[in-house]
Amino acid sequence: MRVVVDLNRCQGYAQCCYAAPAHFELRGHEILFYDPAPPEAARGRIERAQQACPVRAISVEGIDLAEEDAP
Amino acid sequence: MSGRAGIVIVGASLAGLRGAEALRRGGYEGPLTLVGDEPYRPYDRPPLSKHVLAGELAADATALPQLLPLRARWRLGSPATGLDRNAKIVRLADGSSLAYDTLLVATGARARRWPGEAEFAGIFTIRGRDEAADLRAALARDPRSVLIVGGGLIGCEAASCCRDLGLPVTLVDPNPTPLARALGTLVGGTLAARMRAAGVDLRPGTQVRALEGEAGQVCRARLADGGSIAADLVIVALGAVRDTGWLSEGGLAADAGGLTCDGACRALTRMGVPDPNIFAAGDVARWPNPLYGGRLIAVEHWGNAVEQAAHAARNMLNPADPQPYAHLPAFWSSQFGLNIKMVGLADGADSVAIVQGSRAAGRFLAVYGREGRTIAAVSFDEARWLPAYAERIAAGAAFPPIHDATDQPAIETRPPGFPPPRPFPASRGRVPEAAHA
Ligand SMILES: Cc1cc2nc3c(=O)[nH]c(=O)nc-3n(C[C@H](O)[C@H](O)[C@H](O)COP(=O)(O)OP(=O)(O)OC[C@H]3O[C@@H](n4cnc5c(N)ncnc54)[C@H](O)[C@@H]3O)c2cc1C
Ligand code: SF4
Repeated sequence: MRVVVDLNRCQGYAQCCYAAPAHFELRGHEILFYDPAPPEAARGRIERAQQACPVRAISVEGIDLAEEDAP
Repeated sequence: MSGRAGIVIVGASLAGLRGAEALRRGGYEGPLTLVGDEPYRPYDRPPLSKHVLAGELAADATALPQLLPLRARWRLGSPATGLDRNAKIVRLADGSSLAYDTLLVATGARARRWPGEAEFAGIFTIRGRDEAADLRAALARDPRSVLIVGGGLIGCEAASCCRDLGLPVTLVDPNPTPLARALGTLVGGTLAARMRAAGVDLRPGTQVRALEGEAGQVCRARLADGGSIAADLVIVALGAVRDTGWLSEGGLAADAGGLTCDGACRALTRMGVPDPNIFAAGDVARWPNPLYGGRLIAVEHWGNAVEQAAHAARNMLNPADPQPYAHLPAFWSSQFGLNIKMVGLADGADSVAIVQGSRAAGRFLAVYGREGRTIAAVSFDEARWLPAYAERIAAGAAFPPIHDATDQPAIETRPPGFPPPRPFPASRGRVPEAAHA
């Protein structure tokens, strides 16, 4: 699945890291490192991370869209 | 918007994808075609000069999520080569033509290359995922010494990755500090100290005159002062040139600095008249930004590509009611364990004040002022303060900022230390820009 975080918007609150620790990680004081291509099996946790983000910085491709328009 | 040719978007990256989504979200039901030079579906570039070089992410792992159904035709791997505005046709490299009713130009930029770069192996640029994959593979082969030419954001990020990999790295830049044009030398000096502490051999005030090689492989840089630096891997990080070559016959106001638009994202002809059927967004576009007194501005950062694409799409769907695009430039960068975030354009600032934290502690928020107004702010690991300053910059609030509490000491202001503007051909004038490269 495909994920992108708007890092202008991200405030390093780390809620995503609690929801999906294998795919979102805070480094140093406030650098967010995340997996832009987590396995489909992690979708539940990734979507919880998305919901948990207080500034709605996380975008996730819907399961219905995966490959929908793929060239 | 009811023509049969529909909307064509040229450039299938961040601005192209987000523009296409905004058109569908805005209710556009007609034909939609995305044309892309690269053979890949849209992907994210910021990780390329960070986690991809460091070997933490594969170069092909950063495909961008698509956020709603596009029902689009994709023409990938075949760049647009020409534009005929009278016939309303885009020509593609495979010899075919695409008719459009409305066109969105989102061709971004490409890395500025070293002249004669192809002469030697071991010289790299970073813009696309193929370039990042090639460079990553070369870094993994344990080069003896890496030279980075250019201390802008991408050069500094690459230096950080090299140190993480334990590689000896030298960074040269003609300015007194890294990021001098974006941040000034006062703030840039803090980053310089951080880089040196991480083991980067930083050579400010230094210019490379030539890259020399042996047996087809680069081996050293010859400096303008006569000295030389040995290097078997060179990363050229000298900024980007906008991809406007394919527009050269179209009669539009386009050059290597971008495609000039009016305030509503409509492309201008060389006569200065907007073409009502051609819009532009992202790195390729320069436009009069109302937040900067209508100065022509080009912004090469992620946030602008997203926001401007949505704005252009909105205007494409509402031709009778074009809205001006006001944008406060912003970027982030991570390097040497630091999260650097900026809002506003600091170039032209006449003073800077540290309003939170301290440079000595390595965590601070610096605010830039010009003629008594707040114009920009940069955070080193103090990002939580930034949104408040973004509001003050957009509102043109007074500088220096005034603390609310009366027991706070007055804020000290300092000269920000911007290098003198680069000499530009007088006829072209100086176009301020915010570049990630
Ligand atoms: C290595 C790197 C790191 C970055 N890091 C950050 C960061 O940390 N923070 C930040 O804010 N910004 C960052 N940026 C900037 C950000 O990625 C860009 O602003 C953004 O990619 C711009 O999107 P765009 O769609 O306008 O242009 P681009 O992403 O350049 O896309 C343009 C697309 O058009 C295609 N194209 C070009 N010519 C043609 C043609 N004739 N026909 C068809 N297609 C064509 C190109 O192949 C390309 O795919 C970084 C950029 C790079 C390169
Ligand atoms: S929860 Fe949101 S703001 Fe917090 S670190 Fe994650 S993405 Fe950033």
